[in-house]
Amino acid sequence: MTSPPPTVPLVRMTGIGKRFGNVSVLHDVSLEVFPREVLVLAGENGAGKSTLIKILGGVHTDFDGELEIDGRAARPRSPLEANSLGVAVIFQELSLIPSLSVADNIFLGRNLVRAGFVDDREQRAQSKRLLDRLGIDLDVDQRVEDLPVAQQQLVEIAKALAHESTVIVMDEPTSSLNAPEVEKLFGLIQQLKTDGCGIIYITHKMEEIARIADRITVLRDGRHIGTAPASDVPPDKLVSWMVGRDQDHQFPDRSARPGRTQLRLDRFSVLDETGRRPIVDSITLELHAGEILGLAGLQGSGTSELFLALFGGSNRRVQGQVFLNDGPLRIRNPRTAIRQGIALLTNDRKATGLVLPLSIIANCTLAALPRLSPGAWRRPGREEALTQSLGRSLNLRAASLHLEVGALSGGNQQKVALAKWLLTEPQVLMLDEPTRGIDVGAKREIYQLLDELTSRGIGILLITSELPELLALSDRILVLHRGRLTGEFTRSQATPERILEAAMGKIQSGL
Amino acid sequence: MSEPKTYSRLNAGRLWANPASRALFALLLVVLIGCIFNADGAFFKLGTHRDALRQSSVFGLLACGMTLVIIGGGIDLAVGSVLALVAVAFSLMSIHWGWSPWLCVPICLCLGAACGSASGCLASWWRIQPFIATLALMVFARGLAKTISGGMKVSTAVKNVDGTYRYVDVPALFRFIDSRILEGNLSVVTVIFVVCALATWIVLARHRWGRHLYAIGGNEEAARLSGVPVNFSKLSAYAASGLLAAVAGLCQAAQEQQGDPEAGGGYELTAIAMVVIGGTPLTGGRGGIGLTLLGVLTIGYLEKILSINAVPEASRLMLTGAIIVMAVLAQRKRRS
Repeated sequence: MTSPPPTVPLVRMTGIGKRFGNVSVLHDVSLEVFPREVLVLAGENGAGKSTLIKILGGVHTDFDGELEIDGRAARPRSPLEANSLGVAVIFQELSLIPSLSVADNIFLGRNLVRAGFVDDREQRAQSKRLLDRLGIDLDVDQRVEDLPVAQQQLVEIAKALAHESTVIVMDEPTSSLNAPEVEKLFGLIQQLKTDGCGIIYITHKMEEIARIADRITVLRDGRHIGTAPASDVPPDKLVSWMVGRDQDHQFPDRSARPGRTQLRLDRFSVLDETGRRPIVDSITLELHAGEILGLAGLQGSGTSELFLALFGGSNRRVQGQVFLNDGPLRIRNPRTAIRQGIALLTNDRKATGLVLPLSIIANCTLAALPRLSPGAWRRPGREEALTQSLGRSLNLRAASLHLEVGALSGGNQQKVALAKWLLTEPQVLMLDEPTRGIDVGAKREIYQLLDELTSRGIGILLITSELPELLALSDRILVLHRGRLTGEFTRSQATPERILEAAMGKIQSGL
Repeated sequence: MSEPKTYSRLNAGRLWANPASRALFALLLVVLIGCIFNADGAFFKLGTHRDALRQSSVFGLLACGMTLVIIGGGIDLAVGSVLALVAVAFSLMSIHWGWSPWLCVPICLCLGAACGSASGCLASWWRIQPFIATLALMVFARGLAKTISGGMKVSTAVKNVDGTYRYVDVPALFRFIDSRILEGNLSVVTVIFVVCALATWIVLARHRWGRHLYAIGGNEEAARLSGVPVNFSKLSAYAASGLLAAVAGLCQAAQEQQGDPEAGGGYELTAIAMVVIGGTPLTGGRGGIGLTLLGVLTIGYLEKILSINAVPEASRLMLTGAIIVMAVLAQRKRRS
């Protein structure tokens, strides 16, 4: 990588400070983005990355320090104003209107108008051209709510780029994209660079940083830790910058301790809404006590649907048989699954995992209420004590256990979601993306926890889209492609290449 | 780290952040207004407060049931009509047919719970939006009330076979519900309300079902995937709301000494206003009976103050509307 030319930066933020009430979330932070570069903004959750971006994007309007855009002092008072200054922010939470079409969403807030009315035809034509340029294959008349999340993410990106922006901020844009879509996005970023744009890219994924970063700025606890060309910051140094300590043992050392067979699936299928096409196609697998069985697959592989169906959480038809401890298992709904000792950590803690307005205690005890409140009357003292001890062992950081879960950081929210399932005393724990969107420190704690749980004889089924995580944690790995089993590897056989090949549909030997 | 420490602050902002203290503030403000505009000392008479409480009680009963439904993420528009239906049925059974109270009261309570269950069934298993489901039942129950009463008030004037009227005695139960205890300082209706509110409060705060309702209102999908019996819990909330509306119907009939098929029109909206003024948001997952009690008292006292000052009905309605807006604005979370 060539070092950026000493031109005027597109964006220069100096001495930025931001407080929420009495809490200082940013303190004297500086950031510069030059044309034709990708600046990766890294840091643990709660480090202040999103807040910094929201200041640049005009969401937070009261802050200390200087903000210059194109060499001129600026203070965007709304996202629209930031947009007109050439700053486009693609936020982590989708900002699309589900009931509107793709074209309507792209032109939301800046509709093309003719004679006082929205010029639909022109909007659709321009949207089509934009999507073509970005290489996104989508019908502009389709309603956004009918699209899968990954494509919604692409619409979000297209919407941000519809404006002639010079600075594009992407906050974890790949969190719901599959591999080919990620490639497309990276191609797009390359193109934007050659067009002279500057890109601020927030991510938790090391391999993404290694691929696209020109320079890296690291925040920790709201402070600026360092900025350096990417080549000067190898991964271990980056991690130590982010967490403030060296991390040589990110993953626990596991040696497989397979016990007896705990869960067995015999030609298990899940059918789609029509009841004809299988989403999961006659899967046969065995999970042993104390084992972590990894499930790999690209988007559409059916792994999440398999979990949901096993848990009785989807009202889709299933075929085949399931055995728990050699006894046949009939699961009608999540309640019966929980009673049988099966737990499911869903892949979206905000949408399906937690009840955000409720307290930490209420969330932790929700699934275990039948056990914790015999006779149907709750025991608040007991609930609090249990939550407290569990929270301590999970290193849950919160000012009070009566705090609403919505006020916690991502990592702590995930710990609450996990705690909820641990309180049900499960035998089989299904984890769908247990470390999505949480910081390195919290990830490591969760890895340790999983190792500990298996030593207590709990069998874990694990889905994760981060390959290093899958490889390091799983004792065995099964790979699915479009609902079919296409690969099975022991820990020593598994390599990223083999798994990816199987995930893309090439059937591996040994099956 | 990133945990907001707002709860460890010791200042007025922290107090204001608590919905209970904001609701209490609204109530105190209303009482203060009463002290200023005391209508030549009428506001300081015990009887005024007794009447304010008595007149709030019927609404309060509806508001308690409404709180359950709203916390669970729904709304119940049918309570006013169910009140009328039960009032008519109760009057028919006890005045006209002379049935024993031991028979009438359980039947009426079951009738209310059945109405609630019907809208609950529509709103949970049949997945009809609560607003629509309970709107349908609101219309239906009103029609049923008019059908069984023949469109007329069911009073102590009973029509003979030959078309003439004879007057019968007001049943003892009616007189008891409409009476006062503690040397005339407390209405029985108020006692009924307080007992029902306490029961609702305990169930909501301490029973597993209460926690289930909060979870459903906060995030139905997460609740379902945590093993919460979503449909059953929702149905029970509507059934409980219907049951409390039935209790309110009994009280209403006793106070009016008749069953009016037009009774309770618009009561559901007052009940919703009371819940919202207390600080329970319509989005569900938050709130409680304690807050609703504050809301009941706020509106109840407001009405009383306006009436002892002889403010005409028309102005009273407009003022109440303005107060609701102000109270809800005050409840809104300040932007951080």
